[in-house]
Amino acid sequence: MIEFLNRLFGRQTSGATAKERLRLVLMSDHLSLAPEMIEAMKRDLVDVISRYVEVDREKIDVHFENQDNVLAMLANIPITGVNRNSGGPKPQTGQRAPRKRRKKSSSGQQSSGTPAPAT
Amino acid sequence: MHVLRQPFDDAQGEGSKEPQPDAASVKLGRAIVITSGKGGVGKTTTTANLGTALARRGRSVALVDADVGLRNLDIVMGLESRVKYHVLDVLEEKVSLDEALVRDKHSPTLHLLAAAQTREKEEVDTQKMLELIQTLRERFDYVLIDCPAGIERGFQNAVVGAEEAIVVCTPEVSAVRDVDRVVGLLGNRFSPQLVINRVRAQLVKKGKMLSVEDVNSILRLPLLGVIADEPEVIVSTNKGEPLALRTDSKTAAAYHAIAARVAGEDVPAPTVEYKESFMSKIGSLLGGRR
Amino acid sequence: MSARKIVFTSGKGGVGKTTTTVNVGAALAKRGHRVILVDADIGLRNLDLVLGLEKRIVFDLVEVVEGRCQVRQALIKDKRFESLSILPAAQTRDKDAVNEEQMATVIDELAGMADYVLIDCPAGIEGGFRNAIAGATEAIVVTTPEVSAIRDADRVIGKLAERSTPVRLIVNRIRPEMVRTGDMLSVDDVCEILSAELLGIVPDDEEVIDKTNKGEPVVLDETARLRGIYYKIARRLEGELVAFTNLENTGFFGRLLGALKAG
Repeated sequence: MIEFLNRLFGRQTSGATAKERLRLVLMSDHLSLAPEMIEAMKRDLVDVISRYVEVDREKIDVHFENQDNVLAMLANIPITGVNRNSGGPKPQTGQRAPRKRRKKSSSGQQSSGTPAPAT
Repeated sequence: MHVLRQPFDDAQGEGSKEPQPDAASVKLGRAIVITSGKGGVGKTTTTANLGTALARRGRSVALVDADVGLRNLDIVMGLESRVKYHVLDVLEEKVSLDEALVRDKHSPTLHLLAAAQTREKEEVDTQKMLELIQTLRERFDYVLIDCPAGIERGFQNAVVGAEEAIVVCTPEVSAVRDVDRVVGLLGNRFSPQLVINRVRAQLVKKGKMLSVEDVNSILRLPLLGVIADEPEVIVSTNKGEPLALRTDSKTAAAYHAIAARVAGEDVPAPTVEYKESFMSKIGSLLGGRR
Repeated sequence: MSARKIVFTSGKGGVGKTTTTVNVGAALAKRGHRVILVDADIGLRNLDLVLGLEKRIVFDLVEVVEGRCQVRQALIKDKRFESLSILPAAQTRDKDAVNEEQMATVIDELAGMADYVLIDCPAGIEGGFRNAIAGATEAIVVTTPEVSAIRDADRVIGKLAERSTPVRLIVNRIRPEMVRTGDMLSVDDVCEILSAELLGIVPDDEEVIDKTNKGEPVVLDETARLRGIYYKIARRLEGELVAFTNLENTGFFGRLLGALKAG
């Protein structure tokens, strides 16, 4: 309930913040990848999928689980529609503007029109 | 000026230390290890907040996480997503110190050197660690080393480069016992100062918790500060925002007072709400010594 | 029939391993089992202190390993129980005074004399930790709902998984009022993040500090709120399916928020 109200008003409880931070940190610890790399990996994953289907970036959940002593990365990516330009891999220049990702060398920022994926 | 180097009880021994060998050429920063023996008493929180408070006072500070394999200074500082390299990467010369140092989000003069997470403490070469701390001292006013729990190799590596020690204790029998052991292991090289953390004044009043005086009469160390147990500490760790960043928090005030004392300023004793007699007792423990 | 050998570990120090080891052991002893508690924290021993047995120590774990006494001579029987004994750690030695093999041998010897051997592990993941888990076939990971504790618990769970040691989780020091306001992670959050099976939920309780000062296990106090919780943990360890109880009366708000559980 409190979570819901906070989300409504755009605030986040410290508990919810802690949970998000922990998930990223643990993924980083498990994969021995710096958190920045993990964020980049998630973005790349979602970008690839977006070339084929439209996704709801706000509701993406990527996390890992221990399954029988094997680390598995699970991604839940809600699909909102078919990408009308899909039908196979496309060259970067052929994509519609909102899907384009400008590569920045250090931090891999998203292009301004697209919100960053939820972690 | 290092006023706090005077031992509280002069009967314990000489109060002065030999001057730094290179004092004439390079003024070395102060290297302080924050340790306790017992885990979970607030070493990392103290390191984070003391560092933040010193930085707010304009000092340059390097925080070093010596807890290889169980690093937490990064997450307490809220810098976990910025950590790319760690101490072992530097010691093994895979990257330069500059590449590994992470600048704090809030204080430009505060930097963090993270521990490795997927390595073991035994992989740290003690001599190289000593040299690393020396290098940091050439660049920063303060090098604060967050020591792991225990008294094994991790402890030794944390202590090796330090010249001063702050021991953190909670008013619980196990913690006091462990601090006592650690002080013994620290030996003559150090004159440790004491921070008593997580005091619950109500419980002390009811006689259900050791008082500051109880703890100090057993440990007999100069008292640097007393911090009350507050839920806001948990919230600040959840968010990764050290309390010393705030101006409206009692805990922050306590840490700022500690920082002021460490920096050699004369400040009245930070207090927990006690009845009068306790306050005067704390005052007498601290008063007139510096 | 040899005893179950269970290590209580956490990674992070100060989360309540020793208190938990003592109270779960005491509950098991009260339920009629023969229980031996082993303090594996050489150099920083505390199991004796928490039980108030510190004045009765004659021999310790290191002396047993070095063959300077029989294990029976080192065991201290707690007279408040039918069958609860402790093997204290050495205080003035280092953790490398004992190696994993020696530790496993001592634990096996103890297992021949009891139903449960509970090993109190030191903080960290260094030699002391490795020694403590060497003798165990099961592990209980104790954590608090705080970021550093959970991160360290995760690391320890990983190390135990490498040895295929089954792990169950106790979430200690939960504060329902802080969970409600969102200022503390919930038990569900913790279990989800760690992907571990829950064995017990212990609320934060000021009485514990007082009891530790006096060397009294909580379990001996009929009025102690946490007593029932440790008994439940003991029953779950025995294999019984015991539900987690609600911490507060539910009422309208409780139902709305989802009742917070403990037990």
